[in-house]
Amino acid sequence: MIISPKNMQRGVVSILTAATAITVLILIFIIFFILEKGLPVLSLNFLTTNPQDMGKSGGIFPTIIGTILLPAIALLIAIPLGIFTSVYLCEYTKETIITKIIRFATDCLAGIPSIIFGLFGYIFFVNTLEMGWSILSGGLTLAVMVLPTIIRTSEEAIRSVPQIYRQVSFSLGASRWQTVKKVVLPNALPGIVTGVMLSIGRSIGETAAVIFTAGSSLRIPTSLFDSVRTMSVHFYILAREGLSNQNAYGTAAALIIAVLIINILAYWTMHRFIAKRN
Amino acid sequence: MANKIEIENFSVYWNAERYLNSISLEVKMNEILGIIGPSGSGKTTFLRSINRMNELETGFKHEGLLSMDGNDIYSPDTDVVLLRKKIGIVFAMPVPLPMSIYENVVYGVRLSGIRNKQKLDELVERSLTEAYLWNEVKDRLNISGLRLSGGQQQRLCLARVLAMEPEVILLDEPTSGLDPISTAKIEDALNELKSKYTIILVTNNTKQAARVADRTGFFLMGDLIEIGDTRKVFTSPVKKETDDYITGRFG
Repeated sequence: MIISPKNMQRGVVSILTAATAITVLILIFIIFFILEKGLPVLSLNFLTTNPQDMGKSGGIFPTIIGTILLPAIALLIAIPLGIFTSVYLCEYTKETIITKIIRFATDCLAGIPSIIFGLFGYIFFVNTLEMGWSILSGGLTLAVMVLPTIIRTSEEAIRSVPQIYRQVSFSLGASRWQTVKKVVLPNALPGIVTGVMLSIGRSIGETAAVIFTAGSSLRIPTSLFDSVRTMSVHFYILAREGLSNQNAYGTAAALIIAVLIINILAYWTMHRFIAKRN
Repeated sequence: MANKIEIENFSVYWNAERYLNSISLEVKMNEILGIIGPSGSGKTTFLRSINRMNELETGFKHEGLLSMDGNDIYSPDTDVVLLRKKIGIVFAMPVPLPMSIYENVVYGVRLSGIRNKQKLDELVERSLTEAYLWNEVKDRLNISGLRLSGGQQQRLCLARVLAMEPEVILLDEPTSGLDPISTAKIEDALNELKSKYTIILVTNNTKQAARVADRTGFFLMGDLIEIGDTRKVFTSPVKKETDDYITGRFG
């Protein structure tokens, strides 16, 4: 049977449209489902009070603090470390067998299940370095976990900056670092931000790696060495122990809204930066 | 006239393959030296050897001597960053950096540490004027350099080099992608600039060399076939290959 190019075209367009529609629908369904169940629970009171009875009632205030602190520590460490590593790999070394091995290793690390990172964090940060179940252990573990993602996405972004821009910059008497700072990084920024966004999402939503390293204390932490519970861990415990489905959905809704707000803010900042440059 | 640049038995290899064969020539102070020859003759490799742009790519090796004002350009003591400030280059493709016209012009100067706004403003006006671009862009210095036309972009690239007040300007087929009017504007600029700068102009357009160069060299397959006063090279070349190329029998 021969399909005419015209019908083929129609067929392809409908398949592509259908695929996109299914993706969007699934996304909308999940968000709608959770918000529908969670929004009625959400209130200022829910967000700002401490949990009662292991979370059966009361709010989620301490878990919000945990959810802010853990990813913040992780990103504070992983963003500079990751970007500097990728700058080094792209701009300061020639492509050799060693850089290939480094790249392969980063790819492998990015694919490792998070619970393995949790186990590593538990053995290394919690026990060996004797940090205990703490904000610091959890943050460091998350940093290790998102580092490969940041390195690989930044590397792609840096490589996609046209080579000729570097040549122009050198020809105008710029040093390598000046070229990186004034030409390479600003132009790689959108790609780097995408990687950072992915990492924020991953570290906010991470449960397995966090429960092993930051613990699940419901007290408000007073130092970096205190245990803390994040919203995702809270959600997991509430749902698994059957403590309160209602509060679990409320936590999930707060989590989704928080991720949305962070994404919107980051893209807005980036667009402002780009608009200012052009 | 004194020699600005002296080149003796200079050869270039890329990955052990020879691209320039023992070139010897000198460039005089405040002249425009035209370099003509078919593509693949080593013109660009030659030009980019002078401000050490070639070594940014892997596999580059050289032999022989290349000096400016008597100082060996390839000496280990040479500060490459400083060298590239003294020897500016305009590439074949106009490549404004993705920033405003103003920022493009002051890019190199800012790197040298000049921050004074008034000084920078003056520099922008002077450089753009010298590059025959000021009148076209003076009211929109803050738009992106990428929004200019190809011909304007190339003059912006020239202005960017001029702002650094170099001693030598290298031009690598600067008008190859431009229309005749833009080309004429760049050639006019060059004619005025030679009172202040020493200029080496690589061009695929033999007529352009005839129009603007004081002396012209002819490259073929990595060899310098002939070099001399432009009029002489074009009217009574010594070598048969030069004559064939100029009259359009090959290349």
